[in-house]
Amino acid sequence: MDFGIDLGPHAAFIWSAYGMVVLVIGGLIAWLTLDGREQERRLAGLAARGVKRRSTARS
Amino acid sequence: MSAFLALLKRDLRLAVRQGGALGTALGFYMLVVTLLPLGLGADMNLLSRIAPGVLWIALLLAALLSLGRVFSSDYEDGSLDILATGSLPMELVVTAKALAHWISTGIPLALMAPVLGLLLNLDIAAYPLLVATMLVGTPAVSFIGAVGAALTLRAYRGGLLIALLVLPLYVPTLIFGMAAINGLLGASGTGSAFLILTALSLASVVLCPLAAAAALRVQMQ
Amino acid sequence: MQTLTQRLANPTRFMELSARVLPWVAGAAAAVIAYGLYLSFFDSPPDSLQGETARIMYVHVPCAWLAMSVYALIAVSAFGLLVFRHPLADVSAKAAAPLGAAFTFLALVTGSLWGRPTWGTYWVWDARLTSVLILFFLYLGLMALRSSIEDESLASKLTAILALVGIVMLPIIKFSVEFGNTLHQPASVIRAGGPTIDPALLTPLLVMAIGFTQMFVAMHLKAMRNEIMRRRVKALQMAEVERAQSGQLAAAE
Repeated sequence: MDFGIDLGPHAAFIWSAYGMVVLVIGGLIAWLTLDGREQERRLAGLAARGVKRRSTARS
Repeated sequence: MSAFLALLKRDLRLAVRQGGALGTALGFYMLVVTLLPLGLGADMNLLSRIAPGVLWIALLLAALLSLGRVFSSDYEDGSLDILATGSLPMELVVTAKALAHWISTGIPLALMAPVLGLLLNLDIAAYPLLVATMLVGTPAVSFIGAVGAALTLRAYRGGLLIALLVLPLYVPTLIFGMAAINGLLGASGTGSAFLILTALSLASVVLCPLAAAAALRVQMQ
Repeated sequence: MQTLTQRLANPTRFMELSARVLPWVAGAAAAVIAYGLYLSFFDSPPDSLQGETARIMYVHVPCAWLAMSVYALIAVSAFGLLVFRHPLADVSAKAAAPLGAAFTFLALVTGSLWGRPTWGTYWVWDARLTSVLILFFLYLGLMALRSSIEDESLASKLTAILALVGIVMLPIIKFSVEFGNTLHQPASVIRAGGPTIDPALLTPLLVMAIGFTQMFVAMHLKAMRNEIMRRRVKALQMAEVERAQSGQLAAAE
């Protein structure tokens, strides 16, 4: 992999480390986004079916 | 005080009657120690070097086997409810039960260790120190384990879960127990390791019941 | 005059505020991390001993700091739940646990990849790596305990107790591992990060640390929002079932 930077003989380790970070954090962001949309979808569905929150609802 | 002693005696009597539980723990201890040379080869030099560690780790695993039952049998037949509403504070109930576990399981395991040490060619000179450190360290094993037992009382797959929760918490006991033994075998720092191990055990006797009692109370409302 | 915590305590209020704040925090995090990456790769010298591989430090150290700080956050949340019964305490703790576990995992992996070219081995049982590994198990324990209990309120309190037990044990575990190491390892142990950090390397490190922290805050806010919505969905679904059941009862009469 050549990004125009010479990272020396152990470049593979450096790229792997950063790659792992990108992968895991990307995965977290993806999960958070998708999960959020899923919950919003469900709330919208419930609201459309007229299910109301009781004013003293516990969260 | 009398209520505490009464509970302690009752738990010990139950443990003696259900002798199978102790037998299982001791048997497990022996089996694990037996597996080691079978798996690693019978090089007696190697075995004698790793013997203290193996004996400690196997003891922790064997103790874990019996911890699940510290509270669950009383919970299932309703006795725990009666104890909770009784005159003895929950913390002392936990203390009595954990103490009973130590006396009925921890001490026997610790006393069995030198016997198993024979299988591993443990240096004879290490025997007294091995037993001493285990006797001093096993209260921590019982009391920290009691916290795990309390937290997993109503959980699915409680047996495996206890191991996951409690083994990381056993690390200091293991390390200081090992350090105390190895001191006699050459390395420095025995004295301080032994003292720290003692402090750890005493601290766990005092503090763990607080956490375990809180966990039990939450689950019995 | 309400304190900030009190004003945020209401879940609805929290949802409103977090919706407004989140884009800014996320944007700031992205900007700072981008700047940090630039500094890490283009504006900092290679370490005199380790060469370029020291650049792994710029992600490894922030991940390790986060791994520990997030656990502290969970412990604080646990305290807030058990002692103050703060309505958002459990949401905060539940949302933070998988995030903390992920950063701990990254700390371990990046540390391992750093270790191979630096010390010749993927793993070494030094005090730092060992403590982080045990911290990883503590996170797993929190998540496993929570998932093994059906009742949400019960799960919240038990995981809170476990978190507090963990935070008390963590310094003891760390101390014990260091103690064990001083007995076993010879004196010449290469400490992670080198004996001292060259000031030229410090700036990118701090920038990345700040960026990662902002990123965590953004993720945590988002995760809390998701969790609050999830609980609302559950409550509404139960209300719907109750309504249907009472409707059936009424129809049957």
